[in-house]
Amino acid sequence: MNKKISLMFLAFGALAILAGCEPLTIFDPKGPNARTLSDTIILSIITMAVILLVVYVLLAFMLTKYRASKASADYEPPHEEGSHLLEITWTVIPIIIVAFLAVVTVKTTSTVETTPEGYDNKEPLVIYASSSNWKWHFSYPEEGIETVNYVNIPTDRPIEFKLYSFGPITSFWIPQLAGQKYAMSDMLTTIHLAADEVGSFMGRNSNFSGRGFAEMEFEAQSMTQADFDEWVTDVKANEKPLTEEKFNELLAAEHVGRSSYSSTHLEFSPAPMEHGDMDMSDDEMDHEQMDHSTDSHKDSESTHSH
Amino acid sequence: MSMEEVFHPMQEPMILAAAISIVVGAVAIVAGLTYFKKWGYFYKNWLSTVDHKKIGIMYIAVALLMLFRGGIDALLMRAQTAVPDNGLLDAQHYNEIFTTHGLLMILFMAMPFVIGLMNVVIPLQIGARDVAFPRLNAISFWLFAAGAGLLNLSFIIGGSPDAGWTAYFPLSGTEFSPTVGNNYYSLALQLSGIGTLMTGVNFITTIIKMRTPGMTLMKMPMFTWSILITNVIIVFAFPVLTVALALMMFDRQFGTKFFAMQDGGMDMLWANLFWVWGHPEVYIVILPAFGIFSEIIATFARKNLYGYKSMVMSMVVISLLSFLVWAHHFYTMGHGVMVNSVFSITTMAIAVPTGVKIFNWLLTMRHGKIQFTTPMLYALGFIPIFTIGGVTGVMLAMASADYQYHNTMFLVAHFHYVLIPGTVFGVLAGYHYWWPKMFGFRLNEKLGKLGFWFIAISFNVTFFPLFILGLDGYARRMYTYSESTGFGPLNMLSFVGALGLAVGFGLIVYNIYYSWKHMPRNEKADVWDGRSLEWATHSPVPEYNFAVVPTVTRLDEFWFAKKEGRDITAGKIEKIHMPNNSGAPFWMSGFFFLAAFFAVFNQWIPAILSMLVVFGFMAYRSFEKDHGRYISVEEINETEKRLRGDK
Amino acid sequence: MKIDSSLPLEYSTEENRLKIFGFWIFLGAEIVLFATLFTVYFTLHNRTGNGPTGAEIFELTPVLLETFLLLASSFTIGLGVHAMRLGNKKAMMTFFIITLVLGLGFLGIEIDEFVTYVHEGATITTSAFLSSLMTLLGTHGAHVTFGFFWGLAILIQVAKRGLNPQTANKAFIFSLYWHFLDVVWIFIFSFVYLKGLIS
Repeated sequence: MNKKISLMFLAFGALAILAGCEPLTIFDPKGPNARTLSDTIILSIITMAVILLVVYVLLAFMLTKYRASKASADYEPPHEEGSHLLEITWTVIPIIIVAFLAVVTVKTTSTVETTPEGYDNKEPLVIYASSSNWKWHFSYPEEGIETVNYVNIPTDRPIEFKLYSFGPITSFWIPQLAGQKYAMSDMLTTIHLAADEVGSFMGRNSNFSGRGFAEMEFEAQSMTQADFDEWVTDVKANEKPLTEEKFNELLAAEHVGRSSYSSTHLEFSPAPMEHGDMDMSDDEMDHEQMDHSTDSHKDSESTHSH
Repeated sequence: MSMEEVFHPMQEPMILAAAISIVVGAVAIVAGLTYFKKWGYFYKNWLSTVDHKKIGIMYIAVALLMLFRGGIDALLMRAQTAVPDNGLLDAQHYNEIFTTHGLLMILFMAMPFVIGLMNVVIPLQIGARDVAFPRLNAISFWLFAAGAGLLNLSFIIGGSPDAGWTAYFPLSGTEFSPTVGNNYYSLALQLSGIGTLMTGVNFITTIIKMRTPGMTLMKMPMFTWSILITNVIIVFAFPVLTVALALMMFDRQFGTKFFAMQDGGMDMLWANLFWVWGHPEVYIVILPAFGIFSEIIATFARKNLYGYKSMVMSMVVISLLSFLVWAHHFYTMGHGVMVNSVFSITTMAIAVPTGVKIFNWLLTMRHGKIQFTTPMLYALGFIPIFTIGGVTGVMLAMASADYQYHNTMFLVAHFHYVLIPGTVFGVLAGYHYWWPKMFGFRLNEKLGKLGFWFIAISFNVTFFPLFILGLDGYARRMYTYSESTGFGPLNMLSFVGALGLAVGFGLIVYNIYYSWKHMPRNEKADVWDGRSLEWATHSPVPEYNFAVVPTVTRLDEFWFAKKEGRDITAGKIEKIHMPNNSGAPFWMSGFFFLAAFFAVFNQWIPAILSMLVVFGFMAYRSFEKDHGRYISVEEINETEKRLRGDK
Repeated sequence: MKIDSSLPLEYSTEENRLKIFGFWIFLGAEIVLFATLFTVYFTLHNRTGNGPTGAEIFELTPVLLETFLLLASSFTIGLGVHAMRLGNKKAMMTFFIITLVLGLGFLGIEIDEFVTYVHEGATITTSAFLSSLMTLLGTHGAHVTFGFFWGLAILIQVAKRGLNPQTANKAFIFSLYWHFLDVVWIFIFSFVYLKGLIS
């Protein structure tokens, strides 16, 4: 069968690429949460490969053994209703596989939604990452600085990115450090991650957000705590504070280069969480959101805004 | 809006070329009809028909046209991304193209192709003379055609939707998408959506109420089962789309605040509504394909379908689960672990009934006598390719892992691996399989098989690289990427595959022309040695379908009767009651189209006037005395003699 | 056309039975439509932005009146169908006319209610809550309006053509539609108005 040969060719091609060149981004994690995801994905690929193999072997068997050209002219295929035993088999085995993967999913999902393993004893660094048009703003409330289109993080310390958007839904993604999450205009979402080593990583918005979407990238750089502190001091000393006027200018712009400021926009334009004019009772809101699954994010910080 | 704005898309040379070709094509059709004096014929036999077979053929014809329109979009996308930093298309143009590609392929190609086949085949398979509501059926078709026309018009006048086929708010709101593109989106989909909903009502009634004597539910052919379940999904899912589109229109055109960023609006409400419809929609286009494969594999393995009951059960389970998985489209929205886990499990659970179906198909072939005809090749190609789509689906269902796949080419590859072998192979298999039933001659097998191999191989060349690109961090919907990403070579490979796909689809169309010219006419009724009732009547099928309605006692009655030398269509011929043709559905949908077109540009007075005409048609229909007509016994005898005599 | 005289007129032909069955399926779709609108409303009803809340604008009296009118019309159309089954054309028409008049009364109050809201500065564009409220009410109101004209068309046909399988079938299907709108209203009354007034 030509098609199968071509398929195998492709699969081997893929493997060759996997093995030969540098590893694919997803399989080259530089932090515990991305590593959890990489391991999960590899595990699922292996499981699925087994299933594929079973189907392919069966198909090849049927197609070679029972082709008309092999059968005698007067062969009449029998009438077969089905077999309970077989049907139960191929219902139960997939159920077991799915159950196994479900357990893996629940476990790994809760792992990556919390402070990375091995970092739990350290105070997380909170960075607010917000998107506007086709750029990213990073606010460091703890340090009192803000950057645009690049973010520096210390290694050896867990990081919490608090995400929101000044416009269309975007998705914050540094594939080598953690999976992605949406940044939306009316609620805050959180990504937990940590970088094991010093390095520079590609970060981007992965959720289509209009004309400038393709270029909506940023650089995430991990550095030692000492380098990080030095950088913070440097920004605080040498950069201008971010005024409301300057920030509005930034928001209106489509693309901008990198820049740094010695104060954050959170002071005059708080993130959704703190910003909500609480004209409704909080528990009712939570109740509402649980009911409609729209955003039942009991365990992630949530709020509404405006 | 000034004329310049209205026609701004025309400034783009490629769009101008497309616009010109559409105009030239339309002029050519009009001129041809006039020159050959075929207007009367065309109006009487096609525009005003209520015959389910002709309506089905029109659906399929439009679906093929849209396949090419959407296919050209796809080729342009692959061409644009074939090399890094390419300037063939700009971002805006690319955004419009991937948006319309998705919309056209799902709603104006896959859906109508499926609905076309069900129109042609279902009444025949259940031994009925038409659908329950023939006139409504014509309205369904013309509303769909109006929607398709409107969406295609957007490319020429005013600009196409550009916020993705999912049109997430606030991106698709007027603040970030100020052109009329997304007005086209809401109105074109609304028109065709209403048509589809009516189809759902029509076919449920037809299948439940109009089966031939003796055909209990568990004796229905599997395709009929799949269509029944599909239409139940349509009736439950499409009203959600109707509401979502209406709210979208209100937000964009009347300033309501449903999905707004201020005054309490909630952007994710749109995503929820969209996918509450959108996920069942996937099964609306997949389940009929499952039905088609079941028919074809049984026919060409020359064996009855293995595990009939579990095949039915699995489809019922899939249809129920299809309503419980929508949130897996946005695991990354920041729900809690709990919600993501629940949706992961319901999603993975779908793999179980789907697996049951795959194994039943495989076992149908055991002890069989497999013939490799064109339709069978599509069915056999479906199994290995679709299984890749299925297992990657399970991988995507795992919420944690999805944080890395979401919005990447891995996802794009996955759903193409589901929808192309599933839906596209399915409808192409059905198209080759039932073609002789529709037209009385076969499609050339050699060309058909060549087309299959081109499509099957090129498909993998196009989409397999996208899995790898996705795992390498390539986000979808980027109009370009820089060379340093290293995405270039695999994208180029994918483009080469896309060219191969274009050749494959070209072969399919050429085969229509070739077979029309060269294939022998007056093909016998039962070309494939089939099993179900559609093969018991002539090819092409007379307007009344069966001179004598067959009676059945078991599944595959026709097959057993053939073996036992019985004729299940023998009996006394009586006069047959048939519905009258009517031009009203065509004209009414025409005014619906006008109303929607004016509404796109906020021209409310002409829009309301057009809607009043639509209501006028409904009132006219209410007062019309239409008792149908009878075909006399003599006329039936004559037709039967003619159709039988030439064999 | 085969007429089965053992069945009520509206069920007496195959075509009639198909139409009634088909209409039930259509009502299934309508249920989903309204269920979606209710879901949207329940999702957004606390999101009042800078606009008024439900408790601030809802008034019980007109709503009770609307409820009474629509419930009464559901009852009278039931009587109308009963009269139709007895073959009493005149009584049937009288009850249908009363039904439509009650429907018109309902619409009148509802329009007045909308006008009041707008005067109070609560328009469909004020907040997500009001958008969802007015879309839900408006969709129901539009259905009643459509039903009014539909019922009128059927009345004219019954008057002109008498009670036959076709007209009886239409009248019966119309009654299903009308009852359905009544049920939807009961949900609106309980879960929109009463709940809104209480909280």
